Amino acid sequence: MSQPQDTTATSSGEMSSESPTESTAAANAPSAGASTGRSLLPSNTLLRHLLVLLLCAVVAVVLLESTDQFTNSQLAQLSYYAIAAGGLTVLTGLNGQISLGHGALMAVGAYTTALFLEAEEPLPLPVVLLVAVLLTTLVGALVGVAAARLHGPYLAGATLALAVGLPGLALYFREWLGGEQGLRVRAPRAPEAFDGFIGFVSGNPASNTKWLAYLGAICLLITFFLLANLARSRVGRTWRAVRDQEVAAELAGIDLGAWRVLAFVVSAACAGLGGAVLALVVRLAAPSGFTLVLSLALLTAIVIGGLGSLFGALLGSALLVFLPPFVTDLGADLGLNNTEAAQLAPFVYGVVLVVVMIFAPAGVVGSVRLRWRTWRARRAASAAGRA
Amino acid sequence: MADQQQVPPGAGSTAAGAARGAAGGAAVAAPVLEVTDLSASYGPVRALDGVSLRAEAGRITAVLGANGAGKTTLLRTISGLVRSTGGRVHLMGEDITRAPVEAMVQKGMAHVPEGRGVIAELTVEENLRVGALFRGKVGREEFDRVYDLFPRIAERRDNHAHTLSGGERQMLVIGRALLARPRLLLLDEPSLGLAPRIVAQIFGLLRQLVDEEGLSVLLVEQNARSALSVADIGVVLNLGRVVVTDSARTLMADEELRHAYLGF
Amino acid sequence: MQQFVNVTLTGLISGSVYAAFALALVLIWRSTRIVNFAQGSMAAATSFIALALIQSGWSYWLALVVALVSGFVLGAVVERVVIRPVEGGPELNAVIVTLGLFIAFQALIAIVYGSSFESFPAPFGLRGFSIGDTTIALTPNSLYVLGAVVVTMVGLIALFRFTRVGLAMRASAFGQEVARLLGVRVGRMLTLGWALAAVVGSLSGLLIAGGGLVWPAYMDALIVFGFVAAVLGGLDSPVGAVVGGLSIGLALAYVSAYIDPALVNLAALVILMVVLLVRPGGLFASSTARRA
Repeated sequence: MSQPQDTTATSSGEMSSESPTESTAAANAPSAGASTGRSLLPSNTLLRHLLVLLLCAVVAVVLLESTDQFTNSQLAQLSYYAIAAGGLTVLTGLNGQISLGHGALMAVGAYTTALFLEAEEPLPLPVVLLVAVLLTTLVGALVGVAAARLHGPYLAGATLALAVGLPGLALYFREWLGGEQGLRVRAPRAPEAFDGFIGFVSGNPASNTKWLAYLGAICLLITFFLLANLARSRVGRTWRAVRDQEVAAELAGIDLGAWRVLAFVVSAACAGLGGAVLALVVRLAAPSGFTLVLSLALLTAIVIGGLGSLFGALLGSALLVFLPPFVTDLGADLGLNNTEAAQLAPFVYGVVLVVVMIFAPAGVVGSVRLRWRTWRARRAASAAGRA
Repeated sequence: MADQQQVPPGAGSTAAGAARGAAGGAAVAAPVLEVTDLSASYGPVRALDGVSLRAEAGRITAVLGANGAGKTTLLRTISGLVRSTGGRVHLMGEDITRAPVEAMVQKGMAHVPEGRGVIAELTVEENLRVGALFRGKVGREEFDRVYDLFPRIAERRDNHAHTLSGGERQMLVIGRALLARPRLLLLDEPSLGLAPRIVAQIFGLLRQLVDEEGLSVLLVEQNARSALSVADIGVVLNLGRVVVTDSARTLMADEELRHAYLGF
Repeated sequence: MQQFVNVTLTGLISGSVYAAFALALVLIWRSTRIVNFAQGSMAAATSFIALALIQSGWSYWLALVVALVSGFVLGAVVERVVIRPVEGGPELNAVIVTLGLFIAFQALIAIVYGSSFESFPAPFGLRGFSIGDTTIALTPNSLYVLGAVVVTMVGLIALFRFTRVGLAMRASAFGQEVARLLGVRVGRMLTLGWALAAVVGSLSGLLIAGGGLVWPAYMDALIVFGFVAAVLGGLDSPVGAVVGGLSIGLALAYVSAYIDPALVNLAALVILMVVLLVRPGGLFASSTARRA
């Protein structure tokens, strides 16, 4: 499992070279023979990830400052999808557990944020976010303990029940959680230092939208940095072992259940943060925002990007943000009314899930990587043949 | 190549003599099954490497060899469960190399897979009925005949198959295969895990069916001693290739070969 | 007391529909080891076909027949086109495919029919019978629901027990390879299994819709209840699915009446969790045959 040199060729924020399903595992098979890639990046994992983090931060600033207000808000949307999808891809991709409950876990993060910001003298934002993460982690641990003993369809069904059941709490505790209407979220204003920073970087006006977009980007970068390091660490390797060699891992004295719970906890923490950012960006925490469709959209994001790949999760999240306006316009052109056209996006998610699983179960990143590896292996083989 | 090592069914034994007589007689009977240069792979692993053999009518042909020699793969490739990568299979003159698995039994070949192959959730009677399904309406007397052959499963006819012992399961699957009225029976390791007494009983019955009813059998066995005691012809397989083909008696007598490939 | 009786009756009636839906899930699970998460939205799709026909003046019964037939076709096509390629592959792939179908069908219904709530007619009266001067929660329509479920179950038992096709289907479900070697066209049997399951699923969708409201996602809760019922019975056992369906129907009716209707879905989650953690094999696990 441990092939640290393996990533040097393809490390760009993505973290796993192995993926969960047999089909994708097969996709990784050639890696053993052809993993002598050269790279300009340092070989120390932490250092390399720090460098990538810095690079991504620069890219984020450039992206946010070179685009308009609307795109800024879209990027904010992208960040909360990607935070949650990053957590989900760790769970499903590295540890082989599926979850349809991540939409519900995001709701926990969002409602917590909304409640804490309602106070007369709200706590500082980072503290609120941290509380949201911790509370979701707690819920995630509860679910994770149950989930650790389940697999495949059982786990899917149980988390489906979670996604359908949890919004009921918002209705039951109406006075407190706002029932169907949900809670308005009072997003805190940008600190003055932020105005100064934007003024210094681009001279653009430092709107509230921009502040939230930056907030999302910062949360996203921190999350992905932590996840990438985790996946490369002993923890990540153990998760992959639990996924691929259940029996061998158990014989080696690894407590499968505990590691599965840990994966769920980490993943839930991400969902919580994603939900918190969502609450800030959307300024509303309501049951209608956390339907089953949200969970399935997250699943689509990680499946199309390639299970287990953070970069794939980012790509997939971009799809969730930029596809709906595109297909909705398309639908309107075809004569659908607004509500009908709005359904085109989930329709596409569903079709994408089916088509990707049938034709390219390794997802976009996985398929590209597979091509690349096969090509390199073939070249290496022919070189060896000539020698 | 395998062909060069192949020894034609040799002189000496009465069984092989009879086989030669049949083959050389006026009616040049085509073999029931003719496998020519058959190859198959599991991924990069070549499991069958140009295997040629024939199963003569009214004979028991035993395919022998160590674990991993390719015996089971051979049967699975013949019946189409494993796709061949080269070579041909003819059943009574018809090319069945690419025929679907489901069609084999209709063409007169019944394959009893390794590990008993009972459908555990069905009753004994239901298992038998599945064997006769493809033939449409099958008379009660045919079922009774199977129960006559195997009185032990007759007692258990309404029990679920998962309650049967290993020997009873083997009897059930052979009986079920007979209900398809095959010309050729492919049997994969029928002796596996069974007491010697039961093995003797089952092999004795096979011999009887072959001698009295003209059934042909292609038998795959790791237990070479028992298999050769009942077979007419033996084919020794090693690492996916045919090492030798000869009469059962000759193979029994060849101590060197027995030590090298058959382990007794 | 009277309320308790009424709640129990309501629970049993809806429980019988959950049982039928769970049975459909079990049929598919037994033969292909796949939980068809799309079954709810497939059923919703056929209900909307029936609704469109009824709204354009067809009789309920004709619309019912058309809906069931389209369920049959839909089930067969789904199995052949999208399930077949992932059958026998990694279990996660099949799960994801059925989830994809789930959301795709649901969105498709909304695109074609819109997302609004529509009322679905019931073929029989919705006024409760009277005993003396009290009205109980048993209506002519609920008798029809119960009857339809019972007839379906008897029909399925007869099919599997007494017909050649039924035997071939069971053989294909329990011993794919052996069945193929015995000349059973296993592929066809699996398709038929999915088609039949889709018919039963569609019927549950129509029964639960009768006299109530339908919208594209109206079967979301039912897929959860059906799954819980099926797991309660061990996923493998048709009898277990029926008992599981009735139990979950009762339990949820009590929760709804005595605690809060908002917590019904959450209660289903709690029941599921308890069952999975305490008796993962289901309450009626007799899966010795399966494991052997």
